[in-house]
Amino acid sequence: MNPVAAVGRISIGLLAEIGAMSIFAMRGAFAWVSGPFYTREFLTAAIRIGFNSLPVVGLTAIFTGAALALNIYDGSARFNAESFLPQILSVSIVRELGPGFAALMVAGRSSSGMAAELGAMRVSDQIDAMSTLAVDPFKYLISPRILATTLMLPFIVLVADVIGILGGWFVAVFALGFEGATYIRNIDQFLTADDVTSGLIKAGVFGFLISVMGCYYGYKSRGGAQGVGGATRSAVVASAVAILASNYIMTSLFVGI
Amino acid sequence: MTTATPKISVRGLKKSFGRKEVLRGVDLDVDEGASLVVIGGSGTGKSVLLKCLLGLMAPDAGEIFIGGVNILKLSATERQKRTREIGMLFQGSALFDSLKVWENIGFRLIYGEGKSGHTARERAADCLALVGLPKEVGDLAPSELSGGMQKRVALARAIAANPKILFFDEPTTGLDPITADVINRLIIERVKALGATAISITHDMSSARRIADEIAMLHEGRIVWRGAAGKIDNSGNPYVDQFVNGRAEGPIKMALRAV
Repeated sequence: MNPVAAVGRISIGLLAEIGAMSIFAMRGAFAWVSGPFYTREFLTAAIRIGFNSLPVVGLTAIFTGAALALNIYDGSARFNAESFLPQILSVSIVRELGPGFAALMVAGRSSSGMAAELGAMRVSDQIDAMSTLAVDPFKYLISPRILATTLMLPFIVLVADVIGILGGWFVAVFALGFEGATYIRNIDQFLTADDVTSGLIKAGVFGFLISVMGCYYGYKSRGGAQGVGGATRSAVVASAVAILASNYIMTSLFVGI
Repeated sequence: MTTATPKISVRGLKKSFGRKEVLRGVDLDVDEGASLVVIGGSGTGKSVLLKCLLGLMAPDAGEIFIGGVNILKLSATERQKRTREIGMLFQGSALFDSLKVWENIGFRLIYGEGKSGHTARERAADCLALVGLPKEVGDLAPSELSGGMQKRVALARAIAANPKILFFDEPTTGLDPITADVINRLIIERVKALGATAISITHDMSSARRIADEIAMLHEGRIVWRGAAGKIDNSGNPYVDQFVNGRAEGPIKMALRAV
């Protein structure tokens, strides 16, 4: 086979997939505008994604914060900067690790869940049946999930930020000899609103990407149980890649470099 | 054949998947109030034909007239308006497993037409009665029902909006002969009561004989025979003879790939 043709075919295939995904995302994000808006579906999705993700996101955050505190302490001790632990830890969490870890955990939970659910509906003809019953699957299935994930993820990240900083606090106070109140005061004086909002903006974008990937791969799945399994896997992998890639782009925009 | 405009008319319908030509120019007319059964082996494109008619799949070429209007020439919204007047019974029933039976039957009323849950519930009870089920079934989940009961519920859902056109995709596949007969009888009854035009696809010959006014045979993407249901045994067509008598030898070779 001609290697140039092979590279070309792969590139075209990739671009076509991204194009199809973008069209899907826009249709899904705006289908509800012309009504009806399915409130019950939206609330169900919001509870499932927002509320039910909290335990796993909280656990991730507390351990991440705790481990981060040890690493920062150990690293900054090399140039006698241990006292900056609260500031470095808090800015790392609200800007980067809170949104990142929370999004990755939600991707593992919800992106796969959406892909599996919609995939099962697709292969059992339920999505086609919905169209024949005069209900647009984009309005009933896709829009509520995309909106709910995009709106809920910033709240999840806010919780993750608080719990992450708390995890760091525990280690700092009980293992590293920091004074609890000073630790909090240092963070309060150092951290700016921009640090937190940049993380929350990231969270909204991550939520959008997670739900688009989950819905896209589920909606397009073909070929029985194996197809649904493949859709689930693709959704999680694509969400994770999209989260990390968009994270870099957004970070470079926020820091202006 | 009457001179009136057929309710459904298909001309030169073509659809390929990759290099596989599934429909190679299907021509078909169904008169208003008639029941046509399309027979054919697995993988001959029967489901694809219905999906094209329902607007769930775009054909590569050809024309589809519903009530004299070429729906492929209409805008997406206008086309949807027409294809949504078609009731469809899916092969696997395709009930929404996250919803209760009555919500399934009332799905169109609640989510498509914005009616209240109360109205939908009453309509669901009526439709359940029409398919011979007590209204208590409405409170069950689809997964709690047997295959035959699921088919009945799916039929109730398909007729809930009083459609003038009904499609049945393999309505008796996977059912025992007695349940299959119940479904056949319900289909005949409901189609008659609605005065609907019906297209069914099946490879169950006893079902085809019962529900059809006319039978058409789809083979390799074309209609190879069409005639009154009573003539199916004397069609003089080698494809039909082989299919009806279920012989392995004959002009029809097994399709290698599913569609």
